[in-house]
Amino acid sequence: MIVDEAVLFENLNFSYPDGHIALRNVNLRIRDGEKVALVGPNGAGKSTLLLHFNGILMGDGRMRIYGNDLKNGNLRKIRSLVGLVFQNPDDQLFSPTVFEDVAFGPIYQGLSEDEVKKQVEQALESVHMKDYAQRVSYHLSIGEKKRISIATVLSMNPKILVLDEPSAGLDPRSRRSLIHLLSELPQTLIAATHDLALVRELLPRTIIMNGGKIIADGRTSDLLQNTTLLLENGLEPL
Amino acid sequence: MLLSPTAMHIPDGFLSVVVSVLFWLFSLLAIAFSIKRVKQNLGEKEVPLMGVLAAAIFAGQMLNFTVIGGTSGHLLGAALATILVGPWAAILVMTAVVATQALLFQDGGLIVLGANLFNMAVVGVAVSYAVYRLIYQLFKGREVGIFIAGFIAAWSSIFIASLLVALQLALSGTFSADLAIPAMGGIHALIGIGEGLITIGALAVLFASRPDLLNISPAQAGNNRPILIAGILIALLLAVLSPLASSDPDGLEWVAEEYGFLQTAQEPLYQIIPDYVFPGVENEIVATILAGILGTLIVFGIAWGIAYARRAKATS
Amino acid sequence: MSIDPFRPARHSGSKPIHNLDARLKFIIALGFILTTSLAPQGAWAVYILLFSLAFSIALLSDVGIRHIYARAALALPFILAAFPLLFTVTGVPIFSFSIGSLSLTASWQGLERFISISFKSWISVQIAVLLATTTRLPDLLFAMRNLAIPQLIVAIIGLMWRYIFLMVEEANRLLRARLSRSGVTTQNSKKYGGSLTWRAKVAGNMAGNLLIRSLERSDRVYSAMLARGYDGEIRRFKNPPLTLQDWLILIGSIAVLVILLTLGLLLNS
Repeated sequence: MIVDEAVLFENLNFSYPDGHIALRNVNLRIRDGEKVALVGPNGAGKSTLLLHFNGILMGDGRMRIYGNDLKNGNLRKIRSLVGLVFQNPDDQLFSPTVFEDVAFGPIYQGLSEDEVKKQVEQALESVHMKDYAQRVSYHLSIGEKKRISIATVLSMNPKILVLDEPSAGLDPRSRRSLIHLLSELPQTLIAATHDLALVRELLPRTIIMNGGKIIADGRTSDLLQNTTLLLENGLEPL
Repeated sequence: MLLSPTAMHIPDGFLSVVVSVLFWLFSLLAIAFSIKRVKQNLGEKEVPLMGVLAAAIFAGQMLNFTVIGGTSGHLLGAALATILVGPWAAILVMTAVVATQALLFQDGGLIVLGANLFNMAVVGVAVSYAVYRLIYQLFKGREVGIFIAGFIAAWSSIFIASLLVALQLALSGTFSADLAIPAMGGIHALIGIGEGLITIGALAVLFASRPDLLNISPAQAGNNRPILIAGILIALLLAVLSPLASSDPDGLEWVAEEYGFLQTAQEPLYQIIPDYVFPGVENEIVATILAGILGTLIVFGIAWGIAYARRAKATS
Repeated sequence: MSIDPFRPARHSGSKPIHNLDARLKFIIALGFILTTSLAPQGAWAVYILLFSLAFSIALLSDVGIRHIYARAALALPFILAAFPLLFTVTGVPIFSFSIGSLSLTASWQGLERFISISFKSWISVQIAVLLATTTRLPDLLFAMRNLAIPQLIVAIIGLMWRYIFLMVEEANRLLRARLSRSGVTTQNSKKYGGSLTWRAKVAGNMAGNLLIRSLERSDRVYSAMLARGYDGEIRRFKNPPLTLQDWLILIGSIAVLVILLTLGLLLNS
């Protein structure tokens, strides 16, 4: 059975322990292979929503990833399906060498030494950084670190890639390089970002969030032309 | 919030007051001495460096790894702090961490804080330093020496400190030495391996990224001689004393009793005030019941008083 | 709400304990715990009274008994570490049983010692929790300065406090990043997690990452301090004097504790 539906969130509500309601009745369906942008002002709930994709946060409501319900017994499996890349690469790159960081996922999955090596090579190849295996993450530029971060989840062969502000902090050249890289990756892609130019170029579907709710969900080309809608939700038209 | 309980933070009530006070004295002396040395060495930079490092060690103790099922291992960090900023500053950093854990998170008692400080912040650091220096020197500056010395230093800091905890418990008469020492020593010999491994992991990242941060230059050797010697002496003392005390627990208890360490020894005081002066008090069961009644009255009194005050405020 | 450190705001009514001068709370809390520690084993009457007092103060503090007990309960595992005493103290036996070749006998003396230590620990932890929940750390440090704690230590703890939340946040992000890469594939769901040694090493890698970032941050903090005229000297406001009410509370509390202690010593013969 091929599961066509990558993500299903139904009536998703989430409040933080201090009472702050971060997600209100979120309904979301994403099909396998779609490329989706998540935009909105700071505090809209984008990061909170992202953390639901791999079960780091679990709100009330129905949540399914490729047919797997999100629940405590399932989380490790979900984390193999969903590769979540955080905004700050320094938070993700904690090993002495690039190789070890990219190898973390496969090692945890219990793969043999040879399989691990193969996965790491493939992942680094996908991000065009094959020669960086023995480099020290600390000494890389932010653009290089971002690409390595993506490799650290690619090595787990996820079906979905979730990225939090992928182009933040990048100079134009690195940004161009990243956009090129993302356009090559076959996985279902969800990216939370302020970078509307990237959205227009790369992601055909856009979801606008504000105040914990989904305000609009549709074709990027349509939404980005709706100046009123953008301005109302803290975004600036291109 | 977070809690990083290691088996080394002693709660209040477990050590006798005499032992607690004694180790408060030792800690205060060590801390005062460290302050003096740090002022000489670091100058103005000391406060931001030590403050932020203390925050990092505190947070670093949250970085656990799963051992088996639900249990996880944690970092203490004395050895790492020592390797990063040298022994004197490390003592102050660990003092800040351990004191905050006790004050804010009740991780370890307040009266026994002196003992906890001495065990973790002073002995932990001194032993780390001594072991690290000695073993690193054996490798004559070769890179692998950093990691081997780091592992053994971290392991020793945990193991030796645990022996001291056991000794403190035995001196207080809480547990007998033949139980406490093997139990604490045994468990922490294992926990120490975890600390050693974490320390190696941290050193790997540090060495790859910022080797200049590793404070292993022999230049400071002279300045640190007192703590090198102290570390060696304490480690040897505990290593020798512990098996002795363990095999002759009664002997230790006799010593403890002689010097008034034991928690239970209160006799001299009673004899001053004869029982017949307070006749009703003589009967312990009656006293307990009276206390129960009085205690309940106090609590209800306060609760009623609060409710009354709230009502009065609401209607005004 | 005033921000005048020379005359800290005092709200009347609902938060009497919170508003007490931090110096008082610190001294009384320590005195309370000291009295509890000094009370002899088996002085049940005194333990009960101390417990009632602690409970009453908890009520007065308006923090919520459940909250205090929840926090105190975190310390329970260590308190219960005294359990073996039931079997290790020799005396009049209560019961015994054997596990394999090991024979354990519980004694009344052991029971008394176990309950005494547990009770004392429990009461002490509650007082410590009360102190922590009704006093902000900066106020406590401010107060401790007056109680002969060295300036350098107070300064270090103060700066640590400022950065602790940031560091904890970073540690949490590191943990989340690790969690996000801790998956299993359906083929290998039995053999996952890597070896124990590897896991410990990775935890160490994360700690190293945190330490580097913190040390570099401390450089930036130092520069910022220099830019605002820092020269190594730690200067601050003087503590306001204690009021008459403060003194009365202090003396009264100490008197109560002394009476309880004397009672305890008298009872035990």
